[in-house]
This record gives sequence, C-alpha cells and structure tokens, in this order.
Amino acid sequence: MATATAFDVTAIRADFPILGTTVHGKPLVYLDNAATTQKPRQVLQVLADYYESSNANVHRGVHYLSGRASDLFDLARDRIARFIGAADSKEVVFTRNATEGINLVAQSWGRANVAAGDEVLISAMEHHSNIVPWQLLCAEKGASLRVIPMSDAGELDLEAFGRLLGPRTKIVAVTALSNVLGTVNPLADMIQAAHAAGAVVLVDGAQAAYHLPVHVQALDCDFFVLTGHKLYGPTGIGVLYGKAARLEAMPPWQGGGDMISSVTFERSTWNVLPYKFEAGTPNISGAIGLGAAVDYVTSVGMERIQAYEQELLAYGTEALRTVPGLVLVGTAARKASILSFVMDGIHPHDLGTIVDREGVAIRTGHHCAQPVMDRLGIPATARASLAMYNTREEIDALVSALHTARKVFG
Amino acid sequence: MSSLTDLYQEVILDHNRRPRNFRVIDPATATQQGYNPLCGDRLTLYLTVADGRITDAAFQGSGCAISKASASLMTEAIKGRTVDEARALFDQFHQMITSPPDSPLPEMGKLAVLSGVRDFPTRVKCAGLAWHTLKAAVSDQPDGPVTTE
Ligand SMILES: Cc1ncc(COP(=O)(O)O)c(C=O)c1O
Repeated sequence: MATATAFDVTAIRADFPILGTTVHGKPLVYLDNAATTQKPRQVLQVLADYYESSNANVHRGVHYLSGRASDLFDLARDRIARFIGAADSKEVVFTRNATEGINLVAQSWGRANVAAGDEVLISAMEHHSNIVPWQLLCAEKGASLRVIPMSDAGELDLEAFGRLLGPRTKIVAVTALSNVLGTVNPLADMIQAAHAAGAVVLVDGAQAAYHLPVHVQALDCDFFVLTGHKLYGPTGIGVLYGKAARLEAMPPWQGGGDMISSVTFERSTWNVLPYKFEAGTPNISGAIGLGAAVDYVTSVGMERIQAYEQELLAYGTEALRTVPGLVLVGTAARKASILSFVMDGIHPHDLGTIVDREGVAIRTGHHCAQPVMDRLGIPATARASLAMYNTREEIDALVSALHTARKVFG
Repeated sequence: MSSLTDLYQEVILDHNRRPRNFRVIDPATATQQGYNPLCGDRLTLYLTVADGRITDAAFQGSGCAISKASASLMTEAIKGRTVDEARALFDQFHQMITSPPDSPLPEMGKLAVLSGVRDFPTRVKCAGLAWHTLKAAVSDQPDGPVTTE
C-alpha cells in the first residue's frame, strides 16, 4: 500500500488465524466486525497461557498462583485504564459487556438520581442496549425518555439537542459511533453542553473503541462503556469507566463476594473501587485477554488503524456506489468504516445468503437498532463493517458478490 | 453443497416479484399477524373460512424473497381446502423444510420449490413464517401475533 503510514495489512492479517480459513470453499471475507471482531494470536496465546500456567482465583489466596493470577488481572486493568485515558485504574470496572455497563449505571446511578418528572436523554441512533435499560429506569421512576432526532443522512440534530437539554435532564446517554450508520457523533461539544445544563453523560463506546482513539478524560464524560469482543478481545468481558467521584457516590449494584469489605448478618460495608461493583469471581481470563487485545491495538497504533480504516471507507463507499440499485444508508460527514446499504428489489436477508455463498460475511437485519430502521422507513439493511485487517480486495469480493445477487434476482 | 439456484428457483423469484393474493380481505373471518424478530419480516394473513373450509386467503407485509414467496404459494395452496387439510399441510411443509439434506421429500406439489431451504438452515424461519402464522390463524386458542423466535 502506497501510503505515508505504510500500514502493513498483510502482517496484521497473519496475526489472525481465522482469516486464513475458507467458507463454502471460498476464502473467508469477514466484514461483520461491528457484530464482533476476530482475535489475534497474541490474545489467543495469552488465554491459553493463563489457563496452562497461571489459573487461580484472584485476590483470595496467599498461595503463589493466586498472587500471579491477581497480578495479571490487575495489570490488565491498568493497561485498559491507560488505553482509554482514565485518570486511575480504580475507575475501570470489569463487566460482562457494554450492555451490562449501561445497566449498571441505569440501576445504580439511575435509581439513586432519577426521580418522577426527570428526563433521560438518548439519541435516535442508539443500540437497543442503550435504550432498554433507560426505559426500565424511566418506567420504575416515572421519568421520561427523550430522544435527540437525526437527519436522513444519520447526523444528530444538535439544535434539537440544545432544546431538549433542560433542568430536568438528569443524564444524556449517547453512542460515540452508530453501529448501523457509522456516524461519529460530536461528543466533546455534546458533553460540554450537557454538563452546562447540569446533566451527567454516559458514552456508549462499544463501536468507537475499535475504530477511534478514545480519551475519557479529554472527553470529560462521566461514564463510558465498551465491550471486549468488539475490541479484538474475548467475549464475556467489558468495561465500565466512571469518574471516581461518581462511582464513589453510587450504591453497589450486585451483592456478593469481592464487593464487600466486611459482612455481618446485621450489615455489610462495601469494598473500595472498583471492587465495589465487581461482585463474585470475575472473568479473569477475559480481563487478561482484553488487556492483551488492548496491547495489540496499541502496538499497531490506534491513529494508524483509524487512518487505514478511513482509506478503506473511502474506497468501499466508491465501490458500493458503482453497484446498480444500491443505496447507502448512513452518509454522515464524519463516519467510521461501517457501510450499511439496501439494494433495489433484493431484501437484505437474501443478499446476506447470496454473498455468504461467496465466502463474504456481512450482517443483515435491524442490527439491534429497530428505531433507526423505523426512522429511515426501512425494515432492514445489509451492513459491511470493516476492521484493521480488511483489504480493498475484500471490498472488491463483496462488490462482486453483490453483482452475483443481482444476477440471481434478474 | 447445494447451489443458490436451488434456493432461488425461478418460481420463487416470480412469487417474490409478483406475490399472489397480496391484498387485504375485509372483513376476514380470521386475521393473524406474524413476525420474525431476527430479520424484521412481518406479515398479516387474512382468511375467509366458511363451514370449515378456507374459501379465500390473502396476505400483506414485507420480507425477504423466501418469506414472501412462501406466503404467496401458501395462500394459493390452502384456498379451497378444509381447515383440517390446511393443518395437515402445515405439518408436511414443516417436515419438508426441516428434514435433513438428502433425505426423501414428501410429495408437496408446487410447494416443493421451497424444499431447497433445508440446505440453508439460517433461512428455514423465513419459509416457515407464513405457515406458523396460518397455524395460529386456524388455532382454537387465538393468542396474539406469532413470532418465529
Ligand atoms: C453501539 C453498540 N452499543 C452496544 C452494543 C452492545 O454490545 P454487547 O452486546 O457486547 O453488550 C453494541 C453491539 O452489539 C453496539 O454496537
């Protein structure tokens, strides 16, 4: 590739064993990264090493292995804290995924801070996981859920956002990056405006974490969630970042071992951060694996990944526009490498099946964002989401498979 | 490996492009909604049933080629049949699309064009949506919209 950054995609691909496999006799072209990313050898090896040489429960034993597992676990937290720009590792709470992080905030912070008549503000492009937890909270408290509208291109209406922000707005929960439209939202400005109105801000970083450099302190968000499996890490591990002062003030969410400092039948007292929010044995290998994934991404360089993906996005956008009858869904000025589209006369589900036979994995459906579909007046889209290991040749393979679909449908 | 043309046979593509009985029956003796939450396919099935016999069947909705063609072919197949015959046809159809690849197929007449679905496990629900909706429509215990999940 003739770019100034000389991004060596061939070397990166060699780190991902699954990319060398075939599907229906064709080389796998994996373009469903918004659903989950593949895992590099560096992560797979760390998982195997952990179970082969370090497995023990954490923070509980005086024996050698327990100390070793605890060290690895703590080290992973430190790496992730540095990766997202947190001030302190204690602000990084391990969860199962992004969804659990949002539920934790809705249940712990939300129940303590949202009352009847208050408002929770989300956006028109949220994933179901950043809608439903707030609906549950609002229903319980008699609060109302308000929605920042968006344009047909998939850009949030910031004027409307300004009008919606008011003294009753307790929290703004918004995605950094739309999983359907690829839109990158102007978070810094939005967070500033929300804070000026006295609202707390939660950022859904599930998609952003693998496409963009993230710095939670620079953003000044109160909460930020991400999910490990979309960041080249294992499933079952995610992160909730919260400003220390916010987390300190919140009641625990789940009770159990590890989250307490003392227990009697009369009363229990809570452990310090982040353990207060980590009841029970955590996903130790998952956390260590995510630490390794973060190291991997850092070694490649998030800025370089972003620059490369932007090239892919530009190439993919042009390439898809050459396909007769194809309409791109999500054409915001600031986008990450997510290409949603519909094709005249061919339902996305049929497209998915046809391109799959060519080895091309794309997602079809509503992408857990039914309100986005309703807003745009379409039942579903096909979506190609590109990660650091994808190539122009793979985009060409998608385009060729779409031509096949056109042929099948006549 | 079965090929795409086994799944997307000309008859299916034709019923997708020009679905038969794609209209509302008003008033209908039975109206039933069906929904596939995985892909967002929705349909409403309308039946006119007199003396235990389906005298008219029609549908509306949006969905992929497989689900639309399946609904279209189904309305053709059940018109004129008794409710009991329609239920039996459901069982046969269900068996056809869920039987293991290469096992013998039941005699299904025109509906056999959908047998290719059994080689595409992710698409079985698309073909089944209209039929599950039919089953609910003629059930003795009506129970809200059906979903394939
Ligand atoms: C924008 C966004 N938010 C949240 C989620 C939920 O992630 P998880 O299912 O890992 O909790 C996803 C992924 O599906 C997503 O794309």
